[in-house]
Amino acid sequence: MENGKLITIQNLVKHYPMGKGRFTALKDINLTFEKGEFSGVVGPSGSGKTTLLNIMGSLDVPSEGTVRVLGSEIGTLSHKAAARLRNHNIGFIFQTYNLMPVYNVFENVEFPLLLLKMPVKERRQAVLDALEWVGLSDKVKSRPKQLSGGESQRVSIARAMVKRPHIVLADEPTANLDADNSHHILQTMEKLNRDLKTTFIFATHDDKVIQYLKRKISLADGKVQSDEKSPGNRNPESGHEIQ
Amino acid sequence: MLAIKLAFKNLIGAGLRTWLNAFVLSIAYVVIIWHSGILEGWNRQARRDMIDWQIGGGEVWQKNYDPYDPFTLTDAHAPVPEKFQEQIKAGKLTPILVTSGSFYPEGRIQSVLLKGIDPQQSILKLPAGSLQKDNEAIPAMIGTRMAKNNRLKEGDYVTIRWRDALGTFDAAEIKIARIFKTSVPAVDNGQIWLPLDQLQNMLQMPGEATYLILEPGQNPIKISGWQHQGYDVLLAEMDEIIRRKSIGGTILYTIMLLLAMLAIFDTQVFAIFRRQKEIGTDIALGMTRGQVIGLFTVEGAVHGILAAVMAAIYGIPLLSMQAVHGMAMPEGMDDYGLAGAERIFPVYSTALIIGTVILVMITTTIVSYLPSLKIAKMKPTDAIRGKLQ
Repeated sequence: MENGKLITIQNLVKHYPMGKGRFTALKDINLTFEKGEFSGVVGPSGSGKTTLLNIMGSLDVPSEGTVRVLGSEIGTLSHKAAARLRNHNIGFIFQTYNLMPVYNVFENVEFPLLLLKMPVKERRQAVLDALEWVGLSDKVKSRPKQLSGGESQRVSIARAMVKRPHIVLADEPTANLDADNSHHILQTMEKLNRDLKTTFIFATHDDKVIQYLKRKISLADGKVQSDEKSPGNRNPESGHEIQ
Repeated sequence: MLAIKLAFKNLIGAGLRTWLNAFVLSIAYVVIIWHSGILEGWNRQARRDMIDWQIGGGEVWQKNYDPYDPFTLTDAHAPVPEKFQEQIKAGKLTPILVTSGSFYPEGRIQSVLLKGIDPQQSILKLPAGSLQKDNEAIPAMIGTRMAKNNRLKEGDYVTIRWRDALGTFDAAEIKIARIFKTSVPAVDNGQIWLPLDQLQNMLQMPGEATYLILEPGQNPIKISGWQHQGYDVLLAEMDEIIRRKSIGGTILYTIMLLLAMLAIFDTQVFAIFRRQKEIGTDIALGMTRGQVIGLFTVEGAVHGILAAVMAAIYGIPLLSMQAVHGMAMPEGMDDYGLAGAERIFPVYSTALIIGTVILVMITTTIVSYLPSLKIAKMKPTDAIRGKLQ
């Protein structure tokens, strides 16, 4: 970490090949993220949010510029080192939950800890704790197909949080949820951010998410349009907007 | 260890598809083991029958004797050396005299080998005891094939003709005293067995033999003019037939195995295509590409384990039952020259079972690994979203 900064992005450019030419998804991005942030990259579809999140999550590499995550430069990491970085330090929450259909809730949440080779007893406790954080202690044996969308996303949050990562990257986490469920999971994440000091970075264009963000980075056509911190304008208990 | 644990979970979770694949593969296990067991049982039985009925513990040939050249028979005889007498008296060696001749069943002329055997011998299973002295005619025994081909039955009389040591033709009437059933065509087809001393008299070759048969486990005495032939020579033809049968068997079970592997290969290709999102998620959660390839490869290989369990469940009772009751062979099969009993009892050796399991496991692993290599080329960002690649 450099001066408490978890992520440092300098002059980031990302191109994708397209036909005979190339498409530039991100243009000259400069950003930093600090520990405990609850921030989001917002913008319309195709603005480059997911690409930015993928690069921060070491699932993709920059075409130009540097991205340092917890001191590791993403562009120079080997596949193994990138996997290690994700395994130890980064949790992912996906729009479509991406739960393993053949595992039950407990096994889904346990999966990242198996990769960390955590001892059984410790692992079991960590999974139960994570399920308690998201209020799913009674669904331990359920299969993903037996869960509602909100419950599935909460399992996904528990899976991202169970290893107590420094960073959680959430890509459109509420896109498939109704308003009540969206608020519920956002409150859960906000609480985890507050209690565990985990950094949450969202990619979203959902207003329900945006109103919870403490920092909003607007992206359009691959460029940062604005980067503003906001105190929040909603009722922290109900999660509903204060008019 | 983690890959095996996850692979089992994934496969059990996949339900019917896993069990169908495992079932197809289990058929390959059972058929390969069954087919190899039948061949092995057949081979052992054929070798045992040849030893019991034809060659005993080996043969000692008069130096001119060549079983593949009937013209050598004229000169392939000599007095049985004195040094052999002790073993002969002890029943550990028995002389056989062979000459060519002809006989006239139903008025037709047929070439035949006349073989003299000691009625007291107990080395071979041939029922030589039935060649007891008969005042009416020379007692003879023939095999069922010979009897069938020439429409002979016990008690029939038939004329035989031969040339003695001096080259003089002579003829006599023989009485079929016994028709024996054997799985070894080489002591049956075209042969008439007579009492040794009578054949010696007929040929004017008193005390002579063409070859001698040793009791199994006996060592031959080396004497000039007589050559010992061990199993390496006497069973060479049989071993060659076995080798060729084994090649045929290998082709059959290679086809079986290929069919099973095709099912596994297709499943793997389909699974990788269908489970892209899962692959992307695995990578996002911290698995390396190598670990994901390992997981899919192990998943494929675990089919082999499940199939082995499944094959054991229905295969052990099935194959054991056949090992006890044997498999009926079609009548007339041994007319093709290969010793074959009425029932073949398969032999399943530990080496056969372990070898088959290892072979199937290795093949399954390779077949599972090849499509999994596609994972290495996947972009995790596309895979997570399940984008077709």
